Amino acid sequence: MATPAVVSARRTRPSLLTLGAWVVGALLIAFLALPFVALVLRITPRELVARLSSPAVIEALRLSVLTSLAATVTVALLGVPVAWLLATRDFPGKRVFEVLVDLPMVLPPTVAGFALLMAFGRAGLAGRALGAFGLSLPFTTAGVIVAQVFMAVPFMVGPARASFSSLDPKLLDAAATLGARETFTFFRVALPLAIPGIVAGIAMSASRALGEFGATITFAGNLPGSTQTMPLAVYVALQSDLDAAVALSVLLLLMAFGLLLGLRAAPVGSFWGSRARAAAR
Amino acid sequence: MLELRLASRLGAFQLEAELRIADRAVMVLVGESGSGKTTLLRCLAGLQRPERGRIAVDGEVWFDSDTGEWRAANERSVGVVSQEVALFPHLSAAENVAFGLRARGVGAAERRQRVAAALERLGIAALAARRPHQLSGGQQQRVAIARAIVVEPRLLLLDEPLSALDASSRRSIRAELWRLLAQLSCMTVYVTHSPAEALSFGECITVLEGGRVSQTGSREALMRSPRSRYVAEFLGVNLFRGSLAPAGAPGQPAAGPTRIALPQGELVVSERPAEDDAAIVIRPHEITLALERPVGTARNVFEGTIEELLPEPPDGELVRVSVASRPPLIAEVTRQAVAALELAPGRRVFASFKAAGVHLVTATET
Repeated sequence: MATPAVVSARRTRPSLLTLGAWVVGALLIAFLALPFVALVLRITPRELVARLSSPAVIEALRLSVLTSLAATVTVALLGVPVAWLLATRDFPGKRVFEVLVDLPMVLPPTVAGFALLMAFGRAGLAGRALGAFGLSLPFTTAGVIVAQVFMAVPFMVGPARASFSSLDPKLLDAAATLGARETFTFFRVALPLAIPGIVAGIAMSASRALGEFGATITFAGNLPGSTQTMPLAVYVALQSDLDAAVALSVLLLLMAFGLLLGLRAAPVGSFWGSRARAAAR
Repeated sequence: MLELRLASRLGAFQLEAELRIADRAVMVLVGESGSGKTTLLRCLAGLQRPERGRIAVDGEVWFDSDTGEWRAANERSVGVVSQEVALFPHLSAAENVAFGLRARGVGAAERRQRVAAALERLGIAALAARRPHQLSGGQQQRVAIARAIVVEPRLLLLDEPLSALDASSRRSIRAELWRLLAQLSCMTVYVTHSPAEALSFGECITVLEGGRVSQTGSREALMRSPRSRYVAEFLGVNLFRGSLAPAGAPGQPAAGPTRIALPQGELVVSERPAEDDAAIVIRPHEITLALERPVGTARNVFEGTIEELLPEPPDGELVRVSVASRPPLIAEVTRQAVAALELAPGRRVFASFKAAGVHLVTATET
């Protein structure tokens, strides 16, 4: 009889803890939202459109979308198989491998960019080998993509691995007893069931690639038209044209907000619904 | 024909079993949890590799520790239906059933036809496009059975396929499954906790206790002479050990019927045991319950209070009544009898059975 009493007490009078959490929550939301609101209020929609239609901005936008798309596709293609390996296999040195995959998440991006330069620069470890084939990454658009991939990997592998790990082992057993080889099971069972995690990974790494600044500017430089992505353009504009910086920032803010909101609202669950309807036809 | 001999160790638990299943036969595997049923089944399915032994199906070696031969699950011709249905949640019923055919590279036209036939056979053709979460537990289990048999496996492994279902779907699927297994040409291992399932499916019942086969035989043989208390309790028979009561004891005519003394009470039997020590089986359905002392021909009458009423099977027409008499007895009566006599725990009843209803068993281990 004690339990209902506690529940009803909780319903009628919120505890100090709950009240405190609400207060702290309100403060945190204000702290997070205030800068964005300040940014958006700084510019009228008309001015925003006018600013954004300048050729320099369009150029930076085009470059940002192009490079982060390419980076996201690359990260997905590399990250999903690695996530599967980490979720299903044990191998010597797995711990070290896991740390390496997570490292870009905690490393200062400038350090990552500098390390990339040491590796792929003209005199770098791998850079010399690439140079022999006439390839050069630093200060090129491809270099931007490399920097974005490097920084986004953990955001892809993490959620995808979690999805693979939470697969019901009974389903994998069932697939095996039905005669399925591992490849067949991966594509027909594991991958479709891990879609929510993979989609989350894609959205997170796309956001990360879109916002990447430190590694890009260190490794790929800041060349308008070939390596100056939107975050870099914001940085440059800040020093000369504050209104242009505001316009670019608002645009980046809206894109990131849209990506994450889209992820939350994405009807990942009804993905299977559409499949079932397709099968019924 | 399946031949299996294996030994596998899991920590302190040691499984050692030898089995034979004839063509087309259904072997029921029973045992308490922890007796090694699941391990045995996983070894047969190829999901777990035993340490030593040999598994051969129709002369084809699936595992042999001497030669190092090992076929993984996907290289064996098995079908598995487990308690936790394990349907692929993202595939429709038809796609689930088609999975094994697809994995084996069966062409689309043949696949469609075989899937349709299997769904038809399980009575779920109308549900082909539904996904698992849109199906009831019973329907899901039908899909799982269709998925397992559509590939025409040589060995069908059913791991408590009905235990997760509610009573009414269990009843209907049990009957269908029984007909289905009779038609299939594969060998079947049927693991169950339920005596009702064991008795209805098992031409041959194998009992696992503590990782070893303690008894194997037809249901009649097991009923007649259960070799352990577990088997007796599982089948719901009364098993006692007793010794020949000394003839001419006070109040007993020297040339009277044979009596056997039990740790609690005494029984009248119709045949004389070969040895002084005897194991005795009284089948629950041979025991009659009454509220008044019976005046009929039954030689054994015991009075006691009812301890417990247990429907058996859980959804069935029969009820098991345990009576705290000396000796304690389990009787099996119909639901109508329970209602007519208003049987309930605590009520005093007379349990009676004929001398011919007492069966002497040899070679008993308890």
